[in-house]
Amino acid sequence: MLLASAKKLRSFGIIGMNQRNFGLISRYNPRHLYPLVDDKLKTKLLAQKAGITVPKLLGTVEYQHDVKSLKEILRPHAQFVIKPVKGSGGKGILVINEHDHNHYFKPSGDAIQLADIERHVSNILSGLHSLGGKPDNVMIESLIQLDPIFSDYSYEGIPDLRIIVLCGYPIMAMLRLTTHASDGKANLHQGAVGVGIDMGTGHALHAVQYGEPVLHHPDTRKTFSELVIPHWDKLLQLAAACYEMTGLGYLGADIVLDRDQGPMIIELNARPGLSIQVANAAGLAPRVTIIEALKAIDPDPQSRAAFSKQQFATNTGTHPPRLLRTRSDDPKP
Amino acid sequence: MSAKLRLYILVFLILGLGIGLILYKHFALGFPLSPDEKKSVWTIEAKIDFIARGDPVIVSFALPPQTPNVVFMEEDFASPGYGFSELASSTGRRAQWSKRTASGPQTAYYRLSMYETDQFIQLPISAADLPAEPEKPEFDGVLKTAAITLLDQVRSKSANTEIFTRELISTLNSNTPDQNQRLLLNDQSSEDYKTHLIINLLASEGISAHIVRGLYLNEGRKRLSLTNFVEVYIGGQWLLFNQNSGESGKPKNFLIWQRGDQSLLDVIGGKNSKISFSIIKSTQSTRNLAVRDSINKQAGIIDFSIYSLPIEQQNAFKMILLLPIGALIVVIMRLLIGIRTSGTFMPILIALALIQTTLLTGIIIFLTVVGTGLLIRSYLSSLNLLFVARISAVIIVVIAIMASISIISNKLGIDQAMTVTFFPMIILSWTIERMSVLWEEDGPREVLIQGGGSLLTAVIAYLFMTNRTIEYLTFNFPELMLVNLALILILGQYTGYRLFELYRFHALERRDVTGKR
Repeated sequence: MLLASAKKLRSFGIIGMNQRNFGLISRYNPRHLYPLVDDKLKTKLLAQKAGITVPKLLGTVEYQHDVKSLKEILRPHAQFVIKPVKGSGGKGILVINEHDHNHYFKPSGDAIQLADIERHVSNILSGLHSLGGKPDNVMIESLIQLDPIFSDYSYEGIPDLRIIVLCGYPIMAMLRLTTHASDGKANLHQGAVGVGIDMGTGHALHAVQYGEPVLHHPDTRKTFSELVIPHWDKLLQLAAACYEMTGLGYLGADIVLDRDQGPMIIELNARPGLSIQVANAAGLAPRVTIIEALKAIDPDPQSRAAFSKQQFATNTGTHPPRLLRTRSDDPKP
Repeated sequence: MSAKLRLYILVFLILGLGIGLILYKHFALGFPLSPDEKKSVWTIEAKIDFIARGDPVIVSFALPPQTPNVVFMEEDFASPGYGFSELASSTGRRAQWSKRTASGPQTAYYRLSMYETDQFIQLPISAADLPAEPEKPEFDGVLKTAAITLLDQVRSKSANTEIFTRELISTLNSNTPDQNQRLLLNDQSSEDYKTHLIINLLASEGISAHIVRGLYLNEGRKRLSLTNFVEVYIGGQWLLFNQNSGESGKPKNFLIWQRGDQSLLDVIGGKNSKISFSIIKSTQSTRNLAVRDSINKQAGIIDFSIYSLPIEQQNAFKMILLLPIGALIVVIMRLLIGIRTSGTFMPILIALALIQTTLLTGIIIFLTVVGTGLLIRSYLSSLNLLFVARISAVIIVVIAIMASISIISNKLGIDQAMTVTFFPMIILSWTIERMSVLWEEDGPREVLIQGGGSLLTAVIAYLFMTNRTIEYLTFNFPELMLVNLALILILGQYTGYRLFELYRFHALERRDVTGKR
């Protein structure tokens, strides 16, 4: 069948776009908090203040005439990532693995010129990649080093872990693996592989590419059944702490594992997408119901992470009630 | 919960108001719900001829009464050199022409344009209209016997006043009259004589009746005269009877001109007066008639409406009032279907352009402009331009493309392609820029999805916006906007799945069946 029955999806607790926008984003995320996550520099500062590791900031470009000094800024760094400060959905991110005098190499091996980078930077400044086309700034970050754990599961890029956090409780996680098709980007609709992760252990559960199940990485042929994410507790705590950091009730934390520095937050998202449900073969709604039924939010991120770990583990046998959350039975704030 | 309740109350109010206004306009003001409804408008001309004798002249002419069943659009009175006044008397309206001295043949005209409404309102009879007990007429000798015999005969065959009247009329009109009928009708059996005979016969039975003169509305007839009917007071209301057939009720296309026995025409100071009527039928759209009638009546809802604007503005509003329909389509396509479009309301703007260019031409032009634009844009991107400069350059490129399409098509004699100017240039430029960035970042697939989605939405919006009925309804019932608003408010609450999500998550369903559960 090409179309799923709505009734069935509802019984699985799958949340659709309309319900996400209505029942999660507009309810839990006050609009005035958006700039905290839409502006990646602000997020970075917030995270540093909270003692969370982030990729090192190598420099910023604010004005068009500073583009000329780009060469000077980039010279001391062998590897770097250029990002729009207010970009969305991974747009406008340029990764350079190495460079010689005038050639800069992307992870795919393609060489580009300094002029290309300058144009890219000036595009970002003009607002090409920012939300609403507003003028933007450019940030240059240190490149994350691939953790060897993932070397068998990624192709020309760094996999990242997306954890959905509701009211401070991590409720679902997905590992996004870069592939040849995704051009080294961890972007699912470009062809990256999404791997659902068991909240209890960090084990891989299912994997999908282009919405269809896959059993092994399309480029490295490695099966996902052996994939286990290390530092799982630490990662959950890190995600849980983002709630205090931003105040956003529904957010997606993008975390990477750096070979040398361990887990770090690269980005937070106030409008995380819904593909995570496909990767996990599970709906968000039952988990949302559990969190919303809580009388009070535990102030300690560590105990929240522990709660989630125990509550949402796949093999504990405690299946969450598959109820569709309705607004009427919400506790009054 | 309370917010939801408030929204529903609001939606309910808006919906009620909108539908209420529509129903009011339809039923009270006669606005038809379909653009094709037509009505016959009758233009009746009464021509009065007489020969003046050189004395002061007064011409008094009975005018048809205004009833709710007919709408008088226009009345004209013309007679050169005569003073004119319209008098209202207890017996009805009369027109009066007067002149100090006149001699020779004289002519006066009365012209009326009218149409019949669909409503049949039976006017309650006021106390003044109640007929007095009729005086028993005096018949002479032989006639009296004949009348009594005839009445006895008819009475024995009838059960009530209505049947009695019908029976009486048909007996008098029978093809094989017996002696009594022949005697009563005698040789001078003019229509007027017959009418009065019937009224007198009814009166001797104690039944009130009076004469009604009216005009059959037939197309293109000249030199018509009024037809006599008998109106009988039965059971608290007046009932019209055809004096030649006995049929009761007002016939279709029949205008009652005068009730009662007053003269139709009085000419003082003239002789040989005669009246002739002629009728012309024209067909007009019901909607135009309703607008006109409402403006005349100064119905507040019409007086303060789009109709009070100059025609040019009205035409602009015709277009503007279609936009909410487009917005509704976009809401449905995005929230219910889940189609991705480039730019939220760009499809509406494309649809508006399509309305001007017609569908196929419009799509070809759109694809040509965007396609050519993308090609040139891909060259621009290698020129290393700043963003604002590049989008400005794209605007100029778009204008150049549009100009060349116009010129080339003109040379080739393809006039349709010259409508290219109706496409909004800035929107086209942004579309090209967006698509081009999308192409670089997400690949041609995404460009096809979003471009196709935009075009599909635009075409559907176009089909709705050019539908004759929808066009008619949105312009003549702007209240529909309220209904539209209510629908959009409700859709804004829809938290169910979009159609495309059923596809997006379909793998999930399959896996869940074979998997753990």
